[in-house]
Amino acid sequence: MSDISTTKATADAMISMTGVAKWYGAFQALNDINISVRKGEKIVLCGPSGSGKSTLIRCINHLEAYQQGEIRVGGILLGHQAKSIDAVRREVGMVFQQFNLFPHLTVLQNCMLAPMRALGLGKAEAEGRARQLLERVKIAEQAEKYPAQLSGGQQQRVAIARALCMRPQVMLFDEPTSALDPEMVKEVLDTMIDLAREGMTMICVTHEMGFARQVADRVIFMASGAIVEEAPPAEFFSDPKHERTRKFLGEILGRH
Amino acid sequence: MGQDEFFFLLMGLKWTVALSAIGFVCGCVAGLGIALARTSGVPLVERITAGYIALFQGTPLLMQLFVVYYGLALVGIKVDAWAAVSVGLTLHASAYLGEIWRGAIEAVPRGQTEASKALALGYVSRMKDVVLPQALRISLPATIGFLVQLIKGTSLASIVGFTELTRAGNIISNQIFQPLTVFGIVGILYFVMCCPLTIYGAHLERKFAASVR
Amino acid sequence: MNYTLDFTPVIEGMPNLLTACLGTFMLAISGMLLATVIGIGGVVLRTSKIKLLRWLVIGFVELIRNTPFLVQIFFIYFALPLAGIRLDPTPTAIIALGINGGAYAIEIIRGGVQSISKGQMEAGLALGLHKAQVFRLIILKPALRAIFPSLTSQFVLLTLTTSIASAISAYELTSVSQRIESDSFRSFEVYFTVTAFYLVISWLMMRLFAFFSARYFAYPVK
Ligand SMILES: Nc1ncnc2c1ncn2[C@@H]1O[C@H](COP(=O)(O)OP(=O)(O)OP(=O)(O)O)[C@@H](O)[C@H]1O
Ligand SMILES: [Mg+2]
Repeated sequence: MSDISTTKATADAMISMTGVAKWYGAFQALNDINISVRKGEKIVLCGPSGSGKSTLIRCINHLEAYQQGEIRVGGILLGHQAKSIDAVRREVGMVFQQFNLFPHLTVLQNCMLAPMRALGLGKAEAEGRARQLLERVKIAEQAEKYPAQLSGGQQQRVAIARALCMRPQVMLFDEPTSALDPEMVKEVLDTMIDLAREGMTMICVTHEMGFARQVADRVIFMASGAIVEEAPPAEFFSDPKHERTRKFLGEILGRH
Repeated sequence: MGQDEFFFLLMGLKWTVALSAIGFVCGCVAGLGIALARTSGVPLVERITAGYIALFQGTPLLMQLFVVYYGLALVGIKVDAWAAVSVGLTLHASAYLGEIWRGAIEAVPRGQTEASKALALGYVSRMKDVVLPQALRISLPATIGFLVQLIKGTSLASIVGFTELTRAGNIISNQIFQPLTVFGIVGILYFVMCCPLTIYGAHLERKFAASVR
Repeated sequence: MNYTLDFTPVIEGMPNLLTACLGTFMLAISGMLLATVIGIGGVVLRTSKIKLLRWLVIGFVELIRNTPFLVQIFFIYFALPLAGIRLDPTPTAIIALGINGGAYAIEIIRGGVQSISKGQMEAGLALGLHKAQVFRLIILKPALRAIFPSLTSQFVLLTLTTSIASAISAYELTSVSQRIESDSFRSFEVYFTVTAFYLVISWLMMRLFAFFSARYFAYPVK
């Protein structure tokens, strides 16, 4: 376990990761990760492919198990027992690169499933919630359609609404716009910006640097399973400290 | 169960192997004809072969054996049980293999046929040199799968009264009153025949899936 | 050869044959239900953490797939009484059909579950659903949809296999037709007619499955 004095974790942190490490077999995917996210804070996580960004945020809702260190979400210690995992997953919403909507359920049913089955909400309440959030992501008129009948951008907005229906305290985004055609990226980013304005605590893995500048409180740069640099966006983009960060920014901004 | 009884089972096994071989070889020849007719592009021929296939895939093999057995006698052809069963198994196999190979022929990309036509190849060469070699490769796992099914199917010859492995088992079991031992051994003998084929078929399927990727 | 076809015994036996068709249907449907239960249970065990269980399932599947149904049904017919279970031929046949169909169902259902992307499972878990809920509410229907064509042909095959249950005199079409045949010696006429019956039965079975598929698995896919 890591030394308390070296961690910035505070009692009011919404998410804190302390000395977290993870291995896939012999391969170390995460190495001594220390992050503390305050309530309402927005974090953008970036880094080259294979650097461990997905692994990191998937540890936060225990889609991946971690082997060392400690993760707390909203005061709950995320252990490996089913009980704490359930508790954390009810507080943490996740949006995937591939949307992962359920193809056999309508948009509305996609949004109602978990509130009814995991939170035990009644049907009427779940439906009210779902319609309200579909309204919020501006897709209420598609409620009765099936995922396959929607465009990628619409599907991703439904996925956001579906996660929000659980009234999570934290939202995790794993490259939510990378599977989208360019003309649909904006509608999803706009939805995320709205969400940020309303005060949601967010961790976003994304290479949309415009979004990072506009929304992020901090940008975290990862490489080879470790955090290399962490700074507010203005500083991060104008004055990166590390050589690897500079190289990465050169590649990613040069491309745009 | 003594040595004599086991030897009797092995005699039955010999007939099971023979029936399977006859059914499979003759079924392959007839099945190739069915597959070609089924993909001939002549609507009437295609319709008739489709009906032939549906008939054999929609009725029990046991009934097919009965109908052939008594049907041959009816038209005045007096044959032994083994010959009638061989005819029945051949017809059965031709329909199943015909359907398997039809699927495989249709799975060969259209461009292959078009390219051979553009090269001025006639129907025979187009099929023999271009389409069928690819189709047979595609269909090999399913073909082996059907061979296993056919071997197991020969056990029904026992109900028609032909002494192959299963009927040999019946006879022994009635003699020595140890049905579990006898049918256990009979089952093991079938397993020893079929399992290597199943494993080989699965192996080919994996290999094929890997090479497509 | 001056044999004349005579369908009189068939016509006289028609009421018996038609009720026997119901027996075949009953046998087939019960066999399918048992096969489905065994199939789902087998898949759960097949993906268990315990190696021994996984190997038992694999062994069961291969044993059943590589031996004839006729031998299996004889074995079960003689084995059940030794295990202290006394059953009539028809329930015995249902058990044999269920075991046989179950082995094939395990392989088919496993393929269907594997065809569902890992992302579906993860999305369900991330929403706070339990593993069993994810399987029941999210994986099952798309998996069933994916395997429905192969499940249909397997179950039509099971329907045809019921004729082999005549070997232990279970109540179904083939055994009834054998009785009419041995009373009348009009073998060809009887078996020809019964073959036509089977054709209708398997066609009906296929329609039934198509109906279910249209009713329960009709959601749009890309
Ligand atoms: N299930 C797994 N088994 C073994 N190794 C894995 C597994 N999942 C990920 N890895 C490895 O862990 C490392 C980090 O993967 P991760 O998916 O977190 O990267 P990433 O930063 O999200 O990359 P990308 O930008 O491509 O999504 C990679 O080297 C990857 O190969
Ligand atoms: Mg990733």
